[in-house]
This record gives sequence, structure tokens and C-alpha cells, in this order.
Amino acid sequence: MNHPQEATEFLKDAANAKWHDDTLWFVRDKRDKVSKSVPEWEKLRNLASDIKDNVLANLETYLVEFEKNAKANNIHVHWAKDAAEHNQIVLGILNEHRCKAIVKSKSILTEECHLNPFLEKNGVEVVDTDLGERIVQFLNQPPSHIVLPAIHLKKMAISDIFHEKLQTEKGNDDPYYLTQAARKHLREKFLAAKVAITGVNFGVAETGEFVVCTNEGNADMGVHLADVHIACMGIEKIIPKREHLGVFLRLLARSATGQSITNYNSHFRSPSPGKEIHIVLVDNGRTEQLAREKFRNSLKCIRCGACMNTCPIYRRSGGFSYGSTVPGPIGSILSPGIDLQKHSSLPFASTLCGSCSDVCPVKINIHEQLYEWRQEITKAQGTNAKSISMSIANGIFAVPFAYKLSASMMRGALKILPESITYSGLNTWGKQRDLPELPKETFKDWYKKNRK
Amino acid sequence: MNSREHILSKIKAIPRDEKPLPKIPDFSFEGDLAEKFTQSIQFNKGEIVGAGDLAGIIAQNKFKKILSLVSSFEALANTELPADSHQLKDLDLAIIEGQFGVAENAAIWLTDENMGLRALPFITEHLVIVLKKNSLVTNMHEAYKKISLAHSGFGLFIAGPSKTADIEQSLVIGAHGAKSLRVVLM
Repeated sequence: MNHPQEATEFLKDAANAKWHDDTLWFVRDKRDKVSKSVPEWEKLRNLASDIKDNVLANLETYLVEFEKNAKANNIHVHWAKDAAEHNQIVLGILNEHRCKAIVKSKSILTEECHLNPFLEKNGVEVVDTDLGERIVQFLNQPPSHIVLPAIHLKKMAISDIFHEKLQTEKGNDDPYYLTQAARKHLREKFLAAKVAITGVNFGVAETGEFVVCTNEGNADMGVHLADVHIACMGIEKIIPKREHLGVFLRLLARSATGQSITNYNSHFRSPSPGKEIHIVLVDNGRTEQLAREKFRNSLKCIRCGACMNTCPIYRRSGGFSYGSTVPGPIGSILSPGIDLQKHSSLPFASTLCGSCSDVCPVKINIHEQLYEWRQEITKAQGTNAKSISMSIANGIFAVPFAYKLSASMMRGALKILPESITYSGLNTWGKQRDLPELPKETFKDWYKKNRK
Repeated sequence: MNSREHILSKIKAIPRDEKPLPKIPDFSFEGDLAEKFTQSIQFNKGEIVGAGDLAGIIAQNKFKKILSLVSSFEALANTELPADSHQLKDLDLAIIEGQFGVAENAAIWLTDENMGLRALPFITEHLVIVLKKNSLVTNMHEAYKKISLAHSGFGLFIAGPSKTADIEQSLVIGAHGAKSLRVVLM
């Protein structure tokens, strides 16, 4: 994957790119308004960050405590060291129950593990039940945003695919009409499913319970009608105590969509009589990230998506340009840890403006970690086009004489050089960027004249 | 070594500094909690109705199948809790009792005993929750203090009707769960 190339594709449709940018900014704006209505907002962010620091420092202890309490509540606990083992565990449970069709609510972890294609290959029908996820599933696409999976699509595209799959009226793109069609279609799936899969927002060590947050109610429609609930959880989703839910539930929805809380916040502690709950605890690279001290904080992420909504690059390049399960700023520090070669362009998909770190509810220093990854990648890869032009710049700024000389040289050169050279492949930054109009004289010349 | 041991030993091998768990300060506030709760539920697209309004709402919306788990509203009901959740699929209205509400966000706490069947507040087309005014707390920290470690197999903070904005960020009420949430504050 190469982010600049993919972003170029996205930007070819300028009107759509503008719409995407505006829509996500609208969500960011809602987040600002609602967060400012909470006087202790910054204190909450500090608390959340400190709680997660404590979690990462004692992860093994909390995992064992969580397992013990969950088992005491009749929850089956499984451990998976990687995606393949996670998928096998899920398939094993389905086979045990002779289940050939499941409903699944939003779970970024199962996307990361590519569970859907694996189950389908093994003859299991998977129905994603979050509306946005069902839409992209119909289109054979991955989600382009972790909270708003179909944010890249205009409503007419959704109308077209619903017409094909759900026989809705051709050309009717009314969101209410389309949502009601999906409601009717998915209700049949909910009523028929024997096994339902969900993700996990928080696992509480103290009680062995786990919490799932949705607005649509799709997770609950699935699990309460099914006989078996499988919850897939990354090991970093643990929090120590129930009281800590108060901190995280106050931050999550406000950061994600500008709501004061998601409409459904379900606490699963033990199964209903005659039913089963399984929880799969998944590592899949998380312990490696924990071992990287500079990048450890990335594991604090609660998947609110605020860093995506605010990011000037994400808004103008779209989720697919990242080519990773979690796109945007947080994905760009998580994904290189999983596959550095594949995701080497992602830490460069940033202006390092720091807006991501400013909105992060758990105060991850995202932009600093992006910068750190750039150092790692440059070391690992040797030089690339950007680093050549950057190192030339470094050389210039390091030697004052060279800077003085080159400033007047460049001012001359920029006037003469045709765009094809200024915006050549060598200058990655020149792409999509206009140079400012040059002043008539350098600051140094101006200063000499005016401050004698 | 099985995967459990593998993961746990990998974590143990990583040197980390001890980080203390912070204490959560008191963030509660003064003010009219019922008024704040009302604002919050309207923000979430729910509404407050009077106990006396329910009969009218039922008639106006032509609700046919009605279930009440609140004894004082049983006169409005015409069906009982079934043995299997799937039999709730054509339920028009469920009336249930909430344990307490949270003023800052209109979240209402329910556990198994309030729902009868866990699917009930989701599968019903419309939902009414009866809540005592004096049960309101200021924020989520107070809420978790109130719940403490009380055991319930399933607990739910519900704060509004089912909704989605997955199609071009247009808000649509009534995705998969109940299409409306009305709260009777007693």
C-alpha cells in the first residue's frame, strides 16, 4: 500500500473529496461542542490516560483477574495469540453448535483478524448488522472509518445497492426509507440466528463483565435472541474496576459522535439461563506493541475515531487510502507495528499538526509517535524520496552560511524552475501543495534596511 | 505452552514502571436534576411524558400488543411476558421500570429484573420507562457508585431510542431497536 498514491485516487473526484472533508469536520465540530459542555473534560482525559497507564503496567494481573471472575460467572474464556487462532476458536464454537449462519455487530478486532472471509470459506454465512457495516458488506468493501463504516458513500450509492439486494425502489435515496428496509431485512436475520458475535468496548477485571456500546441496538438484538454469544476482545480493552466505566463512558460517545452517551451500553456479566457466553481474548501483535516503549501508549486507544474526524489528511484522503483495518492517525501508529513493510507510508500521511493528540480522549501522543515511526522507518528502509529532500533541507538549516546563500538562490530558482521540476517526484511535499508567493526580498535583507 | 501461558509470559517479560491508579474526584453538581435529565433525553431524541398521557399515546398510535412489567400500568397491557424472546417480535409497546436515571446524559439503568427477558427493551417497537424523580443522580460517576458491585447477569444503560446516522450522517430514529423512548418521571 502506498498512501500518497491512494490519496491521489481519492482526490480525483474533487466534489466528493470536499463533501467527505466537510462531513467529518461536522462530526469533529459536534465533538467540540459537547466536550465543552463538560467542565471537567480535561480532568477526565487525564484520568482516562492514567487508568490506561496503570492497565498497561499491570496487564497480566488484570487479565488473570478478569478471567477468574468471568469464569465464576459462567462465561467461557478463550485465549488467542494471533488472528488465525482467534478465527479457529470462533469456528470451533460454531461447529460445536452446528451453526451455519451468524449475526455480527461491529467489531474492529474481527476485521483485523479477517474473520468474515475465513468463516465464509468454511461455509458460514456472516451478516454484519450495524447499518453502515451491512452497507459496505453488500458492496464487498471493508469499513472506511471505525465508527462511521460507510462514511465514504453517498446515499444514492446506498440506494442502488439496496435496490439490488433488498429490492427497494430504484432511485429512492431517502435515509429513513433505506434504514427501514434494512431494519426489516435484518430483523429476519436476528430472529433466525443461533449464534451472535460482538466486539467489546471494555472488559472489567474486578467483575469479569464486559461492556458493548451501540446506538442502533444491533448488538443486543443479536445476542439476546441467539443461544450463544461470542465476544471478541483485544487484551488491551481491560480496565481495572467498574467505577472506571464512569470515566470512559463519559468520554467515548462525546469524542466519537458528539453524543453525551451511546443509547445502548450493555453490561454482560453472566448468560441467561440455558444460554452461553464465550469471550475470546486476543493478542495478535498487542504484546509486541506493549514491548515497544515509544509506541506503548497507542494501546490506550478506545476506538472513538476522533483523531480521524479531525485529521486534515484523513478527511482529504479517505479511509481506504490507508489500506489498514484502523485508518487515520491512530491506525498509522498501530499498523506499522503489525507490518512495517506494508504500512511504511502511513506515518508520513500526516502534517504532524497534533490535532489528533489534542482530541484524543485518552491523551495518546499520536503525532509524536507518528514522528517516531518516521525515524524507525527511515532507519529500516534507508532513504526514500521524501527523506532525500528532507535531508537536503536539514543540511541547509544546519549550516547558516548555506542557508543564507541558498535562500537567495532558491528565490531565484523558484521563479525560473518550471513546475514540472518543483513538483517532481523527488519532492513528495510538492504534491497537492502550492508554494506561497515569494516576497520581493529576504527577511534578512528587509531587516538590514529597516532596523539600522 | 498454551496460548494463555504464552501471552501472559510475554507480557510479564516486558519491563514496565509501576503506574498508580488515580482516584476519581467528586464531579457531582448542584441544580435541578429533573430539568437537566429532561434536556438530556430530548438531546438523545427521547421524550418525557406524563403518566396520564399513556392511554392517549396508545390510542393515537394504534398500538395493539402491549406489555407492562410495571404493576401500576397493567391496566394498559393486554399481553404477558412469553417464555421465549422470539415471541416478542410483534410487540408494539413495552412499559418497564428503570432503577435510576443520570441527569448529564439521560442514561437509565436497567437489570434483568426490570426486563424480564433481555431482548424486551430492544425488540419492542416502542418503549416506555417509568422512573422515579428522586432516583436521579448527577453523572456517571455517581451512577456507578449507586450500582456499586451489585450482581446482575445483564445490566443496561439506555439513553434513547435506537438510532443511526450511517447514511450520509442523516439522523434516522428507529434502526434495529425500539423506535421511540418515552420516560414517565414520577
